[in-house]
Amino acid sequence: MPSPRLSAALLAGRGAAALSRRLGRGGGTVIAGHLVPRMAPRALRDLTRQLPLGSAVVSGTNGKTTTTRLIAHILRQAGHHPVHNRAGANLLTGLFSAVVQDASFFGRPRSDVGLFEVDEATLPGALRHIEPRVLLLLNIFRDQLDRYGEVHFVAGIWQEAVARLGAATTLAVNADDPLVYGLVDHARGPRLLTYGVVDRSAGSPTLPHAVDARLCPRCGSAMAYDLAFYGHLGWFRCTAGDFTRPTPDVAVTRVDPQGDAGSLLTFRTPRGGFTAEFKLPGLYNVYNALAATAACLALGVAPATIGRGLETFTAAFGRLERIPIERRELYLALVKNPVGFTEVLRTILQQPGRRTLLLVINDQFADGTDISWLWDVDFESLADDRVNLAVCSGIRAEDMSVRLKYAGVPTERIRVENDVRAALEIALQAAEEGETVYALPTYTAMLAVRDVLRQTGYVRGFWED
Amino acid sequence: MTLPPRLRIVHLYPDLMSVYGDRGNILALVRRAQWRGIEVDVTGVTVGDRLDPDEADLIFFGGGQDREQAVVSKDFVGEKGEATIEAVEDGAALLAICGGYQLLGRTYTTFDGQELPGAGLFDIRSVPGPRRHIGNALVETDLDGESRTLVGFENHSGCTYLGDGVRPLGKVLVGAGNNGEDRTEGAVYRGAYGCYLHGSLLPKNPWLADRLLAIALRRRTGASVALPALDDRLEDDAHRAVEQRVRAAGGRVQSGAW
Repeated sequence: MPSPRLSAALLAGRGAAALSRRLGRGGGTVIAGHLVPRMAPRALRDLTRQLPLGSAVVSGTNGKTTTTRLIAHILRQAGHHPVHNRAGANLLTGLFSAVVQDASFFGRPRSDVGLFEVDEATLPGALRHIEPRVLLLLNIFRDQLDRYGEVHFVAGIWQEAVARLGAATTLAVNADDPLVYGLVDHARGPRLLTYGVVDRSAGSPTLPHAVDARLCPRCGSAMAYDLAFYGHLGWFRCTAGDFTRPTPDVAVTRVDPQGDAGSLLTFRTPRGGFTAEFKLPGLYNVYNALAATAACLALGVAPATIGRGLETFTAAFGRLERIPIERRELYLALVKNPVGFTEVLRTILQQPGRRTLLLVINDQFADGTDISWLWDVDFESLADDRVNLAVCSGIRAEDMSVRLKYAGVPTERIRVENDVRAALEIALQAAEEGETVYALPTYTAMLAVRDVLRQTGYVRGFWED
Repeated sequence: MTLPPRLRIVHLYPDLMSVYGDRGNILALVRRAQWRGIEVDVTGVTVGDRLDPDEADLIFFGGGQDREQAVVSKDFVGEKGEATIEAVEDGAALLAICGGYQLLGRTYTTFDGQELPGAGLFDIRSVPGPRRHIGNALVETDLDGESRTLVGFENHSGCTYLGDGVRPLGKVLVGAGNNGEDRTEGAVYRGAYGCYLHGSLLPKNPWLADRLLAIALRRRTGASVALPALDDRLEDDAHRAVEQRVRAAGGRVQSGAW
């Protein structure tokens, strides 16, 4: 039997979430999470310990939500029932909330495996509650500098976190990110599983500007790249010779891009190879597929099941969603930092035809209050006549318009409309029937876009997901 | 009529000192010159490279993270620092933001208490402060007696104090500025401007970009050049939007603390 305290906390938590939903105040997932840690601080530990298959914890600047959803999907294909936190609720409150909603009145989890997307700064705290079977670390890019400061801040707190891992954990890391792979030095306890891309044709010989891994994490000497994939991901080596990208255990050996339709991927793993038609476009999604594959292998899922899962997966909330609207298609992709935004643009530009963009930039806390990062995004790829019309919206619409102008987009192709609903209408009118409008909002702008779409009846609330 | 000579911009440490979108300043300078028919060469100068003071009409030095700044500090103070001073004394324009600004001062003290010499272009000293200043900032300037505003985003824990040999760039209306105490922001010495404003600074404050270009052109051609006006409606709207937002918030838009 559970302690009366845990039972009371579970009831209170679920009651609050139900009430919040009934009042129309959103998903209520976080509200329960605020109550329970106070009433039963051991709930997250006690409930995750009882999961028969253990837990996987996923963190990184970009790709957390998509990768976690992908793992959940594959686990379901394998016949498991994962409990996972939803829709970016990735602070401690969101984790508590997830396990509490999953627990029976007797304080036992209903699911058999835990799957948690965790905010970068929350990771050390989360690992004090959860002893994961798999810790999956995706990447460290410059993100919201106003909130977390520098990429080295994240790398520093992660170092301490991986140093505490024991032999029961598999540490799965991106071998192509020197900031992430550099953490391996500090991991004494866990088993190690690396993943990376080994297809030379998927990369380029030069690094983009504004890259955060110019110095060796071990000795501080300059880093050189034999091949760059995106951001600072690539085949790196320290020029002083003491740190080199390893040959990854789990690898994509061939990327055949199929444009909008995603890519055909060939995998090599310690348990055999497979191919999969993966429907999410863009190289950054290839990394998400790789990361999910590594985590699922570590959880004991067979390669064939993983391949089937990759093939049947569709996008996460706001990550490359497609919504039919007025005989046009709205393509919705969250943008939140330079590397992610640049890669979304690269993916869009692979599509033929005219492109109408709706760029919605807010500077609320959840977006990052500093929008300087827009100047690190490669909007130069949109110069000249690559876009039909770019509608700039949100609180910082004007900043966005200036950025496009200096990227070389002709000013007659730039429109500024702060109001999201009006901006969406302008963009839809500029696109012809059968064409796509690419809506690229920051986090709170995404919520605003969803609100407009919901008011107009095009989508349902995301917590119904 | 002969073609105007190409303007030579030196970008110091573009690989290591490039956080917070400071490269937007380079984009603004290049575009605003090109839109007026002036061609520009941008040369990146990084660790191990030589800086020739006679080959620099305009020098830009951005902000960096602590780890990178330590590496840059070793390389810059000395020969490159002296070359930078020589160029400015000879009439070159310079813009330095945040970390670059600090490294051009007389001394700066690292977060672990080490006082290190800077290049000494600006008569300023920088020390670690008790808290980090993060948020939109509004600064009033009256260079040449004309009142104008600068908008930007500051994110620094260093506090900078001005000596007698330097003027402040402006007065802080909203934000912390140099040190959160004396309401000054930035420093000006001859054609050299330093401050804490990211944003990027120049695209939303095009008058400052043009001022730097005019100084650089005078150095290049030996004569004063009047720059033709440009259509700055988008830039002015962006400036105004931030200014209104900052004033309406009665100061700071709520930001993170760490």
